[in-house]
Amino acid sequence: MTTLFAALAILSPAPVVETLAIRAELLHTQEGAPIKNGVVLVENGKIKAVGTADQVTIPTGTRVLRAAVVTPGLIDARSTLGLTGIYNQQGHDQDQQDNGGAVQPELRAMDAYNPRETLISYVRSYGITTVNTGHAAGSLMSGQTFVVKLHGRTPDADSVKSPSFVLATLGPGSLGRGPGTRAKQLSELRDVFRGAQRAAKAGTVKGQKADALQLVITKKIPLLVTAYTAQDIASALRLKKEFGFDMVLDGGAEAVTMAAELKAAKVPVFIHPLMQRPNGEAQNLSYETPAKLNELGIAFAFTSGFEGYVPKVRVVLMEAAVAVANGLADTEALNGLTLGAAKLLGIEKRTGSLAVGKDADLALFDGDPFEYTSHCTATIIDGKVLWEGKR
Amino acid sequence: MLFALAAGLCLLAPQSGTVTAYENAVIYPVSGPKIERGVLLVRGDKIESIGAVGSVTIPADAKRVDLQGKVVIPGLVDTHSHVGGGDGGDESSPIQPDAKVWEGIDVQNPDFLRAASGGLTTINIMPGSGHLMSGQTLYAKNRKARTVEDLLILGENGWIYGGLKMANGTNPIGTPPFPGTRSKSAALIRAKFQEAKEYQKKWKDWEAKKEGEAPDRDPGLDAMVEALEGKRIVQHHTHRADDILAVLRLKQEFGLKVVLQHVSEGAIVADEIAKSNTPCSIIVLDAPGGKLEAVNYTSETGRVLERLGINVAIHTDDGITESRLFVRSAAYAVRAGMTESGALRALTLSGAEMLGLEKRVGSLEPGKDADFVVLSGSPFATRTRVLQTFVEGALRFDFNDPKMRVYAVGGPGAGHAVEPYLCCKGGN
Repeated sequence: MTTLFAALAILSPAPVVETLAIRAELLHTQEGAPIKNGVVLVENGKIKAVGTADQVTIPTGTRVLRAAVVTPGLIDARSTLGLTGIYNQQGHDQDQQDNGGAVQPELRAMDAYNPRETLISYVRSYGITTVNTGHAAGSLMSGQTFVVKLHGRTPDADSVKSPSFVLATLGPGSLGRGPGTRAKQLSELRDVFRGAQRAAKAGTVKGQKADALQLVITKKIPLLVTAYTAQDIASALRLKKEFGFDMVLDGGAEAVTMAAELKAAKVPVFIHPLMQRPNGEAQNLSYETPAKLNELGIAFAFTSGFEGYVPKVRVVLMEAAVAVANGLADTEALNGLTLGAAKLLGIEKRTGSLAVGKDADLALFDGDPFEYTSHCTATIIDGKVLWEGKR
Repeated sequence: MLFALAAGLCLLAPQSGTVTAYENAVIYPVSGPKIERGVLLVRGDKIESIGAVGSVTIPADAKRVDLQGKVVIPGLVDTHSHVGGGDGGDESSPIQPDAKVWEGIDVQNPDFLRAASGGLTTINIMPGSGHLMSGQTLYAKNRKARTVEDLLILGENGWIYGGLKMANGTNPIGTPPFPGTRSKSAALIRAKFQEAKEYQKKWKDWEAKKEGEAPDRDPGLDAMVEALEGKRIVQHHTHRADDILAVLRLKQEFGLKVVLQHVSEGAIVADEIAKSNTPCSIIVLDAPGGKLEAVNYTSETGRVLERLGINVAIHTDDGITESRLFVRSAAYAVRAGMTESGALRALTLSGAEMLGLEKRVGSLEPGKDADFVVLSGSPFATRTRVLQTFVEGALRFDFNDPKMRVYAVGGPGAGHAVEPYLCCKGGN
């Protein structure tokens, strides 16, 4: 795509400048206090100017979109979207979990992501522009995730960061597929990472699996560990201490119980979908987890996670709304959907806030985004209006 | 029997029971217009009167509760739920009208307090949809319960209020004895209803003459005869447009009282639904899909059906959606164009009508059960909380009680069974 664009640019002496302006009664830039009567000027997919209507001049002939509230495009920090599809048919649109082995860190998300999946355009209609998506938490090491913009073109063109994480799962989520006990899970992971360390030292790193593990032990990307109970979170932190890699906790139903340890280890949390049912290892999950993590100074982002049945996908905006209904301040909730999430994904230079030079990813609302009865009226990704309407 | 006895006592002593006046509340009676500053007067387990402050005479001995502008709505009626872990038929047959869901319900399950924290006071607990007919449902009152009997609503001669759960579409399809196609599904269920009609006739004939030995009782066919007589409402899982039409055909053929449950593609056949005057209990989901028949799910179903004058209720299908967030389902229907008054009715009186309990629950009217919910604000606002839930005058959930609050928000202990109610040690 980039090559095509470059070729066109060479052929045409005066490339067409694509512009767009967005006017907001309230503009959340996430780079400071919200701006009343704000304007975002977009040129060729990037933000050209941000400010009040007095500060930013909209060139004549520019298409103008208006909304009551405008935010940066929303980010879903952990999903299986695009690997899992609306039909929920194994062998057709369920590529989130391969059971050929318990340890498969080499499985890439980009190779399984279907950019034309119906649910992608569905979540896009709620202002979601960027998703960290990949394999499910169904085996000890099920694969990788990548960060993708929801254009719906090709995985390659839409990719923002690939891979973004290597995945590991502790506790019941991966018991039975490979290791049968918690002790065995830990022991196998130790073997895996010790092997990777030895290979690095000896200069004998060879093969896809080894390459993926090197990314983690050399701290190029973090290990994303799904763990729900305090016990399994403690195990994850023990591994981190032993191997020194970067880690983000996913799930974390009992993260508040382990807050001191998480803070000391500087491990942020991708919070499970708040509307996940309180069953099994997640029986103690709480709608108040985001509010409490925020109070305790632990960085977090919202996720849609994995859904195995109906509804087949969660909408991360709706998840954050439940946190707002349970004590989390609006500003913090918005941060967990935008800049805060971008930082935890390592993509904050491109997206997550509205600043000059960043990607023009925006969500437009006809009211408070967290009110159940508000609508996302437009979604813009890289300057392209990919949703307009009221759902 | 029990009910008849209670009703009798009530007639003899209409002044019995403690009286409480809930004052200075914004009240949505649902059966009438919103009261900006109202009083709800409760005597024992019933509503005695309701009206604007000043228009209701408050007895001298009444306990007075100042609600300080909080919002009161009727206790919510969930027309389709699976709380309490109850089950129905097993793998032996696709049609098992004899299976009673209430005999499998665990009242210690934290589901019930979670549901109370969402404002649910009446719950149609259903067996699953993996059968053409999976059994008898229970219209449960979400009372504090020690045994499942404490949840029952009893009618004449001790009749336990409940419906008949049926399903078509993809869920009941399987390997024999389960049907392999939609045609076979229709044929099997038609044959069973014909059998029930013959059984009904056999009994009618015998009762007319009382000659010779009485026919054998068949508890399953008895339940189906109740359905044929309109006493037991058929609660019919159905998603796809063609499956909805198949239910309407069955309804007409056997003269059943039917509630369409889920109705994901209801908007496509809304005219036919309206013409057949069939009420719809819909689900509101965050997203479509997850199974083939829910791929065309749309949150606009409520709006479309409401515009055509079809009676619409909303349900949780808990655990598909969460009882604690039941009001949120209706708010999302409002977002998709349903009216606010229609959406509130869909959580209350419409549901009561679909369970045949509209004389008893679903709105705030004198003589009805004192089932009501105190909200912190406007019903469909994100930040509004359920503060208290009352079932038959008794406080069932209180957000300010830490022991109960955990069931509303979660956290350590939320997944455990409710503290056992100890019958013989004074209990709690």
